[in-house]
Order: sequence, then C-alpha cells, then structure tokens
Amino acid sequence: MYSYSDFDRNFVSRRNQQFRAQVARRIEGALTEDEFKPLRLMNGLYLQLHAYMLRIAIPYGTLNGVKMRKLADIADRWDKGYGHFTTRQNIQFNWPALTDVPDILDALAEVDMHAIQTSGNCIRNVTADHFAGAAADEVMDPRPTAELLRQWSTDHPEFAFLGRKFKFAVIGSESDRAVLQAHDIGLQIIRNAGGDIGYRVFVGGGLGRTPMLGKELREFLPAADLLPYVESILQVYNALGRRDNKYKARIKITVHENGIEEIRSKVEARFALQRAAFGGNDQRLLADIQASFAPPAFVSAPIDAFLARQNSDPVFRSFTDTNLSAHRHPDYTILTISLKAHGQTPGDATSAQMRAMAWVAEQYGHDELRISHEQNVILPHVHKSDVPTVYDALHKAGLATANIGLISDIIACPGMDYCALATARSIPIAQQIATRFDELALEHEIGALKIKISGCINACGHHHMGHIGILGLEKRGVESYQITLGGDGTQTASIGERAGPGFAYDEIVSAVERLIYAYLDLRNAPDESFLAAYRRLGSTPFKAALYPSVQIAAE
Amino acid sequence: MPQTFSPKLLTANHLQRGDAIYWAASGWADTAAAALLFDTEASATQALLQANAQADIAVGPYLADAALAADGTPYPTHFREVFRTRGPSNYTHGKQEQADV
Ligand code: SF4
Repeated sequence: MYSYSDFDRNFVSRRNQQFRAQVARRIEGALTEDEFKPLRLMNGLYLQLHAYMLRIAIPYGTLNGVKMRKLADIADRWDKGYGHFTTRQNIQFNWPALTDVPDILDALAEVDMHAIQTSGNCIRNVTADHFAGAAADEVMDPRPTAELLRQWSTDHPEFAFLGRKFKFAVIGSESDRAVLQAHDIGLQIIRNAGGDIGYRVFVGGGLGRTPMLGKELREFLPAADLLPYVESILQVYNALGRRDNKYKARIKITVHENGIEEIRSKVEARFALQRAAFGGNDQRLLADIQASFAPPAFVSAPIDAFLARQNSDPVFRSFTDTNLSAHRHPDYTILTISLKAHGQTPGDATSAQMRAMAWVAEQYGHDELRISHEQNVILPHVHKSDVPTVYDALHKAGLATANIGLISDIIACPGMDYCALATARSIPIAQQIATRFDELALEHEIGALKIKISGCINACGHHHMGHIGILGLEKRGVESYQITLGGDGTQTASIGERAGPGFAYDEIVSAVERLIYAYLDLRNAPDESFLAAYRRLGSTPFKAALYPSVQIAAE
Repeated sequence: MPQTFSPKLLTANHLQRGDAIYWAASGWADTAAAALLFDTEASATQALLQANAQADIAVGPYLADAALAADGTPYPTHFREVFRTRGPSNYTHGKQEQADV
C-alpha cells in the first residue's frame, strides 16, 4: 500500500491547520456562512438534515487494519459508533459537531487519510476495481494508476474550480467491477496485440438526471502517455464545458453537445502540446508508486480444512458459494464481507465490526481491506485454509451474511434519512426488500440480482445501473418510487428503462415482489438471471407484472 | 389575486451542532413544538430577516409550511420537515433520542 511521503504529510497537515483556523473564524463570526461553506466543502464537510456529515476519502477503496481501526476510533469518539461506506468507496460520518471536525481530520492524518476533494467542483476520489491486485482475470493492478491520478489531481490549481465535479475510475481487467462507464473518465488497463500495456479511455459517462454511458475516446493509449492525455481531456472540458447551467455542466453534456469526434480531435491537438511538458517525471513517480503495490508473498499450503468444512457445514458452504471470488493464486480467494445483513442499513458498519474486520485483515488477509462501490468490504487475499477461521470471526461480529450479488445485496444511498438533497427515503426501502425476500426464503432461488436505490435524481445509489433500479421522488407531497429495469453497471453496461408510474412508499416492496415472481415464471432455466431474462424478453411482461390493473384495462 | 398565505414556521440548522432548530418566542429552540407559527407573510418575512442576522447560531434559515395540532402545538406539514423533527428512520438517533415518547 502507498504510504505518504513527507510532502503528502506536510500538505495534509497544513490543510488541517488552515481548516482549524477557518472553523474558529466561522464560530467567532469573522466568516459568513457563504464564505465558509466552500471552505468546509473542500474538506468534505456537508451540512445535512440532522447534522453535519464528514465524507472521508478512501483512495481507490484501499485500507489496512490501522486505518480501519482509526475509523472505528473516530466513530466512537466523535460520532455515534458507526460509519457509512458509500458508492464512491468513501466513508461518511453522519453526526460530527462542527467544532470536533478539526480534531477528526488530525486523527485521520495520523494514518495518512484526509477528506480533501470529497466534495466540490474538482477531481474527486479516484475509484478502482475493489478486486485490484487479486482478481484472476487482471491484466495489471489499477491502483498505481489511481494513486498517480490522486497525486496529480490533488490541489491541481488548474482543475480546482471546474464547471462541475469530475470522477475517475480505473480497472485492470475485462470484467468491470467499478462501473467504469458511469464516470467522467474511465480507464481500463489493457494489453494490445503487440503485448504492450496501455489504457482504453472512456469519457463522458455519468448518472444523475441525464444518465449517459461513457464513450470510447481512445482505443489504446500507451501507458506512458496517461497524464498528458487526461490533462488534455480536462483542459478541453475546462474550456468547452458549460458554466451557465449546472445541469449541463458535466463532461457528459460537453461530449453529447459537441460530439465525440470533435472532443477527440480537440483532445488530440491539446495532447500533442502537453506531451512534451511531462518529460518522464510522471513515469518515474509511477515506478515508485508501483513498487509500493507489490503483491504480498503468497504461500502455498494445503486447503483440506477448507474443503472439509464446505462438505460438513452447509451454512459455511452457502457463504463460500456467494461471498468468495476467484483469486489469481489458486490457493487464495477474494472474500467479500457483506454490509447488508437483512434489515440493516446497506453500507453501515459499527466500530466493533470495523475492528473485527481490521483484525481479520491483519491476521489472515495480508493487512489489506477494500471498500467496494457496492458498499461491502473485501479481504482481497485470504488463503483458502484460513477461510474457516475468518468466517467464524466474521460470524461472531455479525458479518457473515451470505448474500453477495443476491437480491438483498442492495446499494442504497443515504436518502432522506440523512441527505439534504433527497426527495425520498431509500434506506428503509432497502431494509424492507431484504427482509421480505429473506422471509420468503427466495433469495438463493432468485440468484444474481442487483437492486440499486437512490433518494433523488442525483443517482448516488446508481439506480440507472441496477437490474432493478428504484428512484425515490416526491409526488404531490408524499414519497413516490419509480422503477427502472434492465440497467447494468458491468462491461455490458446499459442504462435502465423507466417502467412506468411510481409507487407509494407502502406499495414499492410489493411491486418488486410481483416483478420477481414474474421473473421466476418467465426465466427459461434456473440459471437465466433476471437481467438475461429481461434482455431476452424485453420490458413488456415485466411491466405487466408491475401494473396488472393497467393491463386488464387495456385488454 | 395574491395567493393565500399558508402558515409557516421558521427553521435552520445549528451552526455548531448541525441539528434542526426552530424560531421560538425567545430565540431558537430545539423542537418544532416550541416554534412560533406565522399566520401572515409580513410576520414570517420579518422573522426570516432577523434570523438571517443570527449567522453565529443558525445556518440557512428558511420558512416551512406548518399547522397546529389539536392541542395547539405547531408542527411542520411536509414529510421532509417531519423527518427533521425526529431524526433518521434506520436508527433512534437525532431528536427522537431525547423525545420522551
Ligand atoms: S442520490 Fe440524492 S438523496 Fe441520495 S445521497 Fe445522492 S443526493 Fe442524496
């Protein structure tokens, strides 16, 4: 894992001192709220419905035990004993007092963490595949690239006041686990026919009120050209992007309005000038960064205990069926810890759970933890022989829910339980859907299914990319939930289609249930997923299940 | 015809704690039940001006639709504002922690 250099440490500590003074001046009355607000947002501090919320960056979702423990300590000392992991691989604390935030930031700095650029119209926390460095299908670990981008973009003066926020994601394999095409810039590390490493570059993806999939800007960008090339994209966006209307300010609109060819030719023209300016320092830096992401020393050991437990313990077996993924080393596995226990808040972990995860990572996981955009926690390198022990430890901490990729593994944004921008709640909808299907004991029968819920059009819950997406809105003074169908956030990305009129708060769970029963009837084999069935059949039979009375009226 | 004025209460977030606060007879209160209910646009606007001048206590004051319960206590009518009087629905945190209900 990357450790801060003296430069990083000084930078963060100076920012923290500045912010401490800014908070003091705000409280004394020397700064107005209008003056203070942009300063607190630059440091990740929002004012929400019930309290301040501090959003802390977890660069490319990577943590170790020490960092996770520090988050637990912050939760206990300054918050309410828990934290909320988000779809941008960040963590949010929902209850800090303004006067405590400078102390929290100092505590974070002790473990090389900060909240800088987690808000505002700048380049945000760079996200990456949460299986980075571990996935069996990986060409190259995307985290060194993500770290290079983090260093390049942090406090980059030219890009501190963009027209709108700007999000990067990086993956290193063909399987897209980071929703690449929903990002302003998506980078896929690939190997070309000649065996050279480079990037496939996507631009102009984004969700929100105008969802768009990123378009391919470059089929193959040689690895060494990365920074001058992305800097050129940012420069073109900074010059062309609209600032007259915040709903038209994201680069997806710039690409849409100008056309991908026009953007490409402008970027290439800019790139021809930029390239010389970098002179190889960026590549030397990248080489240093790469060294700090060297894979752990994998060991070979018998995995008999693992296989024996799988045969003798069906509950353990079920956990290993859903929560383990293929590791590049045959004796290892990637273990996903679900933060979606049925009826709990998606993405929340108590301080005790954070400490339990830190402990298992240190003891059995080469001290590595990842946060996924799906709001779960990953132990990327667990030797199979250790899985029974890890499972038992997780079980004790309430962290052994066997539901990864299933209907209760729901993404939900904070919605109107916390977020000041929300138009409806999302958390209780997720809780109720998970509980309902658990009671019906149907979740394993249903198989792979992604439900994603947002509490407003901003789409932090990625509802457009859900096989079933749910968007909470306000309609005539009450909460109303709109369903989208057929979304997909992977390498076969698609944006879900709106199914029809919204459902009331107390109708939405039953509507989802009707949809699922229809799918179970319609699928041509138990292994045809909801998404596959939807793609084969189109929306009509699913809409008929959602709106039975409409169909009767039409007949 | 001017639109008829619907009663309002005045609310904001507390600068240091961040929680919802309400404009009451003698300064800011922590509960909507203590809020003043404004029946006229003039009185509501005047209170909002005064509240705006108290930036050392209150952040982002605004008027919210409200009504009187049978027992005469004011309460906000929009569901967002109702949530602000209580706290989130997933944990007993926020104002509902203190409430003796
Ligand atoms: S989608 Fe809307 S409600 Fe949900 S977190 Fe984002 S801004 Fe808030």
